[in-house]
Amino acid sequence: MPKATFQTPELGEFVDIPDIQEGATAKLKPLPASPDHQKALGFPGELVDDWEQKAVAKLGELLGKYRSLAVYLDACVKCGACTDKCHYFLGTGDPKNMPVARQDLLRQVYRKYFTVAGKIVPGLVGAKSMTKEVLDDWYIYFHQCSQCRRCSVFCPYGIDTAEISMAAREIMDHIGMGQKYCNEIIGKVHKIGNNLGLPGPALLDTLEGLEEDVEEETGVSVKFPVDVKGAEILLVTPSADFFAEPHVDGLIGYAKVFHQAGVSWTVSSYASEAANFSMFIGSYDQMFKAANRIRKAALDLGVKRLVFGECGHAWRVAYSFLNTLAGPWDFLDPKYPAPQHICEFTNDLIERGGLSLDASANDDMTLTIHDSCNIARASRMGSRPGGQFHIPRAVLKASANRFVEMNPDTTHEKTFCCGGGGGILTDDMLELRVKGAMPRMQALNQVMKKDGVTHMVALCAICKSQFSKVMPFYGIGMDAVVSLHQLVGNAIKLGTKE
Amino acid sequence: MSFLTILYAFLLYLSAGVLVIGLALKIRQYAVTPAPLKIPTTPAPLTPAGAAMRVAREVVFFESLFKSNKWIWLFGALFHAALALVLLRHLRYFVEPVWGWVVLIQPFGVYAGFAMVIGLAGLWARRLLVERIRYITGISDHLMILLLLTLASSGLLMKYVARTDIVAVKAFILGLIYFDWRPLPADPVLLIHLLAVALLMAVFPFSKLLHVPGVFFSPTRNQADDAREKRHLAKWAAPLDSQRDA
Ligand code: SF4
Ligand code: SF4
Repeated sequence: MPKATFQTPELGEFVDIPDIQEGATAKLKPLPASPDHQKALGFPGELVDDWEQKAVAKLGELLGKYRSLAVYLDACVKCGACTDKCHYFLGTGDPKNMPVARQDLLRQVYRKYFTVAGKIVPGLVGAKSMTKEVLDDWYIYFHQCSQCRRCSVFCPYGIDTAEISMAAREIMDHIGMGQKYCNEIIGKVHKIGNNLGLPGPALLDTLEGLEEDVEEETGVSVKFPVDVKGAEILLVTPSADFFAEPHVDGLIGYAKVFHQAGVSWTVSSYASEAANFSMFIGSYDQMFKAANRIRKAALDLGVKRLVFGECGHAWRVAYSFLNTLAGPWDFLDPKYPAPQHICEFTNDLIERGGLSLDASANDDMTLTIHDSCNIARASRMGSRPGGQFHIPRAVLKASANRFVEMNPDTTHEKTFCCGGGGGILTDDMLELRVKGAMPRMQALNQVMKKDGVTHMVALCAICKSQFSKVMPFYGIGMDAVVSLHQLVGNAIKLGTKE
Repeated sequence: MSFLTILYAFLLYLSAGVLVIGLALKIRQYAVTPAPLKIPTTPAPLTPAGAAMRVAREVVFFESLFKSNKWIWLFGALFHAALALVLLRHLRYFVEPVWGWVVLIQPFGVYAGFAMVIGLAGLWARRLLVERIRYITGISDHLMILLLLTLASSGLLMKYVARTDIVAVKAFILGLIYFDWRPLPADPVLLIHLLAVALLMAVFPFSKLLHVPGVFFSPTRNQADDAREKRHLAKWAAPLDSQRDA
């Protein structure tokens, strides 16, 4: 077990709702963006003069641009139904991690400057002026929200705290209070094309290496093409798939599927990133810029289809926003959804008998599946509601024999966030990540004990990185998380369908 | 015409005016503010008609709240259903002759008054007893429950204890509607009841009662899940299209 400067939560029989501990996570704040990271995105380098007025003005602008914000800041009745739904509250007990309390941090300022009641009787409705103290609370607690939308599922008005924390981060960026992790990464995407800042030649190198590895292992020459003009499919995948474990095993799985399907495909060195961290900072403009790289790559390469690899928020941006941001995709083949998820692709192939899979290849594992929040609650796969749950499970069951579901209160649309989403997958937020993972770890631990589960499938780059990092704190091996297409890759009998 | 009658007529006109105009402005604000991105909480219906049904289920059954917390659902649903019945029952003071179905629901409407009180008491108890909910409760939240309890209990008092001249009250109300003012009986309980009504109408557009229009405008609930099929573009975002490559 790794050494920790904090207490890792105990995993009990159930997830108990903790007693309130004021200020429990008040010290956990992410590193601020440097002036360079800020300026690269067109944000001020440091806290601007008159930041109070500018923050309020930005809030006013966003209220006019986002109906979600306008309605949600008004509509909350403080019923409390969301108070026990956030993994960060459950894992830390800090009351400001209760979704409604988190919203209130922005709402108090909204009330003060934009509502009659807040101006006349601020004390009655909890209205507060924009002060440094309030701003500090924003910085802390809006970076303790992974924008997982679990609270939104349970709110009688669908109030989505993710919308609120995105707006708050957008305001903070515009007054010079950006967060390092997100803004540095977004800068890299704009400049180089992916979160890692991996330039084209390095990408080519990495993928050539993978080709050799796979050929050595299987005796089959499975290609990992880069920038191939005229390929049928452009694969856009999170850049973690190019090197991180277990992500890369997923990438190998996609390549084997494409290989057996006999379709030509390519990745683009210009748009070598599916993740779009601009969503985390609530910036439509930045999100547009990153999405537009994918459009340009698809046009330049002349592909007919667009397929996304395994990633949660990337799939949210792709499925829900890409048509808005960089559509219409009418230059692609209309026979296929644009964009398409790799699970949709694989599942179609399985249903048509186009893959030969030997599920016993994964018999050394007993598996369960973690529904990633952005896939579960902010997107879809296939043609029916809920396809985002059924299709990955269908692929899993076709590739592996031993499968167990976790507690249904923690799966499907009720799934718990891995604890590392929303732009906090960084070492400076480790304590929060470990504690926020508690509800998921509890459910996983339960099926490990009861049903002998050995591995958990994830289909999101953030979930995979987060779990391999935090599971050891709970006494679970870091390799207990696997990619879905890793299982497919293991099970595929290459050479049987040439 | 007594001072009291004039005062109450004025109060009720004013608060009704605030309610109607304030609410209309809020609804207009919600309606004209775009939702630039598709954000339905999924799984979501695939068609606008399906999404409208989803909203209807939220309004009628409090579907999400049911998933969320059975106690809040129970007290909340009890209170709202009772309130709806009570409001319908009160139509008898606004129309002449009274419609047949309004006559039919009268007995239920009376029980509903008690149900309202029980629902409100339950919700208030949660605010006081559950630590988490106590933390998020503000003064205005207590005052709102107090106001609604005052409204309900003064109504019940008039029904069972301090009966008022209901015929005269109806004449007063019809007088307000047709601008043919009639005197208001000076019963204290009635005056409290009507004052609570006026207050409720007046604070409606400035308080959390905005959840009433809000629930219809919530993008996570009223949007259809059709992002890949239909391009959804807000007016303010459209100019970005011209900045694209090719
Ligand atoms: S569930 Fe919704 S209405 Fe209730 S307190 Fe939470 S955000 Fe407010
Ligand atoms: S979106 Fe997720 S992380 Fe943020 S408040 Fe809601 S439940 Fe918590």
